[in-house]
Amino acid sequence: MNSACGPILRFDNLTLGYNRHPAVHHLRGEVIAGSLLAVVGPNGAGKSTLLKGIVGELRPMQGRVELIGLQRENIAYLTQQSTLDVSFPIVIYDFVAMGLWAQFGAFRGFNRAAKQRIEEAIGAVGLSGLENRPIGQLSGGQLQRARFARLTLQDSPLVLLDEPYGAIDVNTVRDLAALVRGWNNEGRTVISVLHDFEHVRQEYPETLLLAREEVARGATTQVLSDDNLHRARHLAEAQGEASGAAICNAETHDTAEHQHG
Amino acid sequence: MSLIDTLAGLPLISPFVEFGFMRRALAGCLALSLGATPIGVFLMLRRMSLAGDAISHAILPGAAVGYLIAGLSLSAMTLGGLVAGIAVAVLAGGVARNSVIKEDTSLATFYLISLSAGVLIISMRGSNVDLLHVLFGSVLALDDAALFLLASFASMSIVAIAVGLRLIVLECSDPEHLARISRLSPLAHYGFMVLVVLNLIGGFHALGTLMAVGIMILPSAAARFWVCNIVPLLLTAVVIAFGGALIGLLLSYYVNLPAGPAIVLTLGGLYVLSMALGPLGPLVNRLRPRWHFER
Repeated sequence: MNSACGPILRFDNLTLGYNRHPAVHHLRGEVIAGSLLAVVGPNGAGKSTLLKGIVGELRPMQGRVELIGLQRENIAYLTQQSTLDVSFPIVIYDFVAMGLWAQFGAFRGFNRAAKQRIEEAIGAVGLSGLENRPIGQLSGGQLQRARFARLTLQDSPLVLLDEPYGAIDVNTVRDLAALVRGWNNEGRTVISVLHDFEHVRQEYPETLLLAREEVARGATTQVLSDDNLHRARHLAEAQGEASGAAICNAETHDTAEHQHG
Repeated sequence: MSLIDTLAGLPLISPFVEFGFMRRALAGCLALSLGATPIGVFLMLRRMSLAGDAISHAILPGAAVGYLIAGLSLSAMTLGGLVAGIAVAVLAGGVARNSVIKEDTSLATFYLISLSAGVLIISMRGSNVDLLHVLFGSVLALDDAALFLLASFASMSIVAIAVGLRLIVLECSDPEHLARISRLSPLAHYGFMVLVVLNLIGGFHALGTLMAVGIMILPSAAARFWVCNIVPLLLTAVVIAFGGALIGLLLSYYVNLPAGPAIVLTLGGLYVLSMALGPLGPLVNRLRPRWHFER
């Protein structure tokens, strides 16, 4: 696990997009290892696109993302919509156990310590006793808990969460948020895309406000100011109207580099 | 009275004791049940049952070209089928990914082209008996070489599933997650497709191009009504496949039915029975009282 002293991620003039239409423009700066960073912004601001760029699902149109001290395969990434086929006949225990892939790969059997870790991860998300339940019989909240248990086992120094609390109840949000705090206390870097500003203010000391470009970054209380939020909305609407435009010019569209807080 | 004589007196066993061709057919079905059926389970779980059917038809023109060159030669037809099956599996997926044509349409086009081309090629040189042989198989005429081929494919499939179960499960349940966390994703995808084609070729030799996929999909679908965890599902499907094949062979022997269709129809019957009686089937599900207050 990275020590909390240097950067784990560096954005170097990063521009990401789809079909030559940029969704995130010229992002610069670093994320320090051990950060707990929220990424907020209006719909279409490029938040999920940024996470896809970090895990390498989207190749940069310009610039690059530098991962420091870890491989892309080792990033723990919770996508906004689960790509899991819930009709597949697999029980919670086996689903969560897939989180140990980085340590055991495709072919090695699980030893006693690994089995204990799987049971602990299931217990930590409150699903003890349901180990043998097929995933197809889980509620939305239970499935999200199981996905978090799998993330826990991935034991990655960098965790990316894309809208992890959509359509789940308050108790589940409270339990999973505590788990996220626990990961961060262990020294893991967590970057979460979120919409609930109140939750961000309570749980996340740092925030990146995006509106297809960086609007503000730093301490959450300062970033989520009325002025910044108004500017983000304005930018998103303006750029949304101009979304048919071709790729922007890097030289004329140079965002200020923000000091990481 | 010796044990053999006693067994020969039992109607369920006597055909296999008395006749070598029945024993060979049973051994061939056992190999298909152990190899092709588990692959069929994953094919079903990947929602590729119809794709499997299309690929089984795609084998025909390749096997037909082998037939054109070397007659009813096992190796030539196997090699031709292997090349054609893999080519169509890759081409159909490629067309669907890179054009406006969706995967079902893409598979249907290749299936129609393959079937008509295969029938045409065999009709150019062979007799109607040869055509029936490739369309409906010849499970009662499996020779040593064919049995060895079926056993080889079954062994390869069993080893591949046993060693790579975790890989295949993740490839079938959450391929995007597998692609993110492992570089083995292409191996899982294409390795699985090769196993599908190999087992379809095995099924082709025994049951013919029209019914090869029967012993893969019907027992898998039947087993799905009984169990909801992957390893028990694989084992249940194998038992249903072999049980269905055994009953089908006996029916064919005593009622004088063509063996291939008798086996596939018996598997179809077991599917309907499972749908009616299986705890996960629509009927039992509807009749069972609802559970309350369960976490």
